[in-house]
Amino acid sequence: MTGGEGREVVGGGYDLPEPTAEHVAERTGMFGAHDTGDTSGYGGLVRTVTMPPAATRPYGGWFDEAVDVLAEVLDEQGVAFGDAVERVVVFDPRRRTADAGPSADAELTLYVARQHLVAVCQALRDDQDLRFELSLGVSGVHFPEDAGRELHAVYHLTSVTHARRLRLEVTCPDSDPHVPTTTGVYPTNDWHERETWDFFGIVFDGHPGLARIEMPDDWPGHPQRKDYPLGGIPVEYKGATIPPPDTRRQYS
Amino acid sequence: MTSTASDAPRMPHAARSTRPPSEDYGPGVPGFEASGGDWDEIAREAIGEERIVVNMGPQHPSTHGVLRLMLEIDGETVTEARCGIGYLHTGIEKNMEFRTWTQGTTFCTRMDYLAPLFQETAYCLGTERLLGITDDVPERASVIRVLMMELNRVASHLVCLGTGGNEMGATTVMTIGFTAREEILRLFEAITGLRMNHAYVRPGGVATDAPEGFTDQVRAALPKVRGYLGQLGDLMLANPIFKSRLTDVGVLNLAGCFALGITGPVLRSAGHPYDVRKAFPYSGYETYDFDVPTDTTADSYARVVLRLEECYQSLKIVEQCLQRLDDTVGAPVMVADKKIAWPAQLAVGSDGQGNSLDHIRQIMGTSMEALIHHFKLVTEGFGVPAGQTWQTIEHPRGELGVHLVSDGGTRPYRAHFRDPSFNNLQAVSVLCEGGQVADVVVAVASLDPVLGGVDR
Repeated sequence: MTGGEGREVVGGGYDLPEPTAEHVAERTGMFGAHDTGDTSGYGGLVRTVTMPPAATRPYGGWFDEAVDVLAEVLDEQGVAFGDAVERVVVFDPRRRTADAGPSADAELTLYVARQHLVAVCQALRDDQDLRFELSLGVSGVHFPEDAGRELHAVYHLTSVTHARRLRLEVTCPDSDPHVPTTTGVYPTNDWHERETWDFFGIVFDGHPGLARIEMPDDWPGHPQRKDYPLGGIPVEYKGATIPPPDTRRQYS
Repeated sequence: MTSTASDAPRMPHAARSTRPPSEDYGPGVPGFEASGGDWDEIAREAIGEERIVVNMGPQHPSTHGVLRLMLEIDGETVTEARCGIGYLHTGIEKNMEFRTWTQGTTFCTRMDYLAPLFQETAYCLGTERLLGITDDVPERASVIRVLMMELNRVASHLVCLGTGGNEMGATTVMTIGFTAREEILRLFEAITGLRMNHAYVRPGGVATDAPEGFTDQVRAALPKVRGYLGQLGDLMLANPIFKSRLTDVGVLNLAGCFALGITGPVLRSAGHPYDVRKAFPYSGYETYDFDVPTDTTADSYARVVLRLEECYQSLKIVEQCLQRLDDTVGAPVMVADKKIAWPAQLAVGSDGQGNSLDHIRQIMGTSMEALIHHFKLVTEGFGVPAGQTWQTIEHPRGELGVHLVSDGGTRPYRAHFRDPSFNNLQAVSVLCEGGQVADVVVAVASLDPVLGGVDR
């Protein structure tokens, strides 16, 4: 399957919500304990958790050039860059000031609209200035609080030619957990997509054999999701009861 | 042996199982069960069967643990090969979401049990990347990490070569391989206290400094390891039986490797010198002098040669590490930031290694704040800024990737390991189809899968 065909097959059927700027969670209190009385005096403390926001130009380093080339290649194929890539994020925890260049640890993430995922992968793999020829697999993340974008599939690409790394992130809602398969572009993603299906329940449309891989075939549910019941049993010890791990008090 | 089609009379031995195997396939599909006997007779009796599917594993000794190979065979030729995995899945990634960032090393070390220090280092490098303290990790800690990883690479390759030989009947290769590995495990025991599942590398550095006299101990062990490697080379590389079993078996060319995401010795046997230590250096690998051996025949024999060659290169790096360790005696092995550094002031007490009594006396008797801090850091852990990172390192089997997501809390929101064994097993069908059944063992051994890493 070529990327162009894949795009036409899977395109059109998806209705994406407007991309939110960042995933936000809220923490209350000092220690994160919710089920016991607050003795710290910090119970009223509210903390917002934000994921790295969209980056602004210049991104720094080779990031600008790569994004420009990708936009050009997509444009030639009749895909507007703004439609395909919802957000460009540069995560660089070592960058201390705004005008400093990216550190060696800076990582580029492209948030791709799922109907254009295959086209983006194809462009990234085949264009000589991009050449992300090595895919290192797919990993899923579940954000139950990120309404309309609960499930994330993260693709890790490496350009051996240019010694670059890039991350693609695709989201889909819990109610419609479908993402097109990238096995046509990167055959190695076969097992990785099966694993992501197994653990998160993301359906990779067009995958040659989307069966469970780690869990038994008749296993109910997808264990890596945050809403998956851990099924631990309370343990009694000397009269006290220790609750299962997911209902225990936790510090975050 | 008997035919057990659904309407056939039940033979006595069939009563041992709870259901006849024919029921697995539904009515109309002839089933056939064989337990011992001459193969020709079995094949004659099963005439009309067009497909013979043989399950190799999950308890087969040549499958490196619990790999299940489903082989469709025609005579001695494999026409289709598929892998079944998941028998060793223990949910390590899910478990890590319920432990602090520091406790994570205790979990990921148990994934690929032949290369525990690689998982630990990759995980800790990723955590340090999220914390933004990559440059703050002390030089000595990085040197110890590199030293441990390279020793571990030799140990892992020795098991690969040893078990690979054993599977073909060359028991001496196995005994030499494991004897040599023993030397390295003794070094691990001296520095971490354990032979495997070390949890030695920690976010920010390593758990404890190398003991006094450690470099001399390594220097004494290196010639022995080198000697065993020489014996292994003598036994294998020019052995005509060995060569004819391995040459042109399990061939995977460069395009196939890239399409299937194969890295490590298998990719290098196809001619590409891709090595994460050179392409994306970490822990200061750019400052070490070593070569990346490659071959172009892309077969199982080339992979054996490369693994031996890599062992020598690793020993070369180890020697450079020893020099640097001698130059930095007494230097810190953990980041200076006390909000991250695990309070591991250890000392050898009367009952072996334990917490330093001086440290306990200080925090218990003189500093309430230090006591609170110690308690908070151990029970609650440290917060990691929200974000995600991808860190890869060169594992003995290929590129090991760690995807870490933090939501700003004291535990990983998501930790995912891209294990090279998991990915490389996808190549089994390409390596085995069209070959002999006996070559399946050789081809799988040349991938060197470790099922603890595959299933995690």
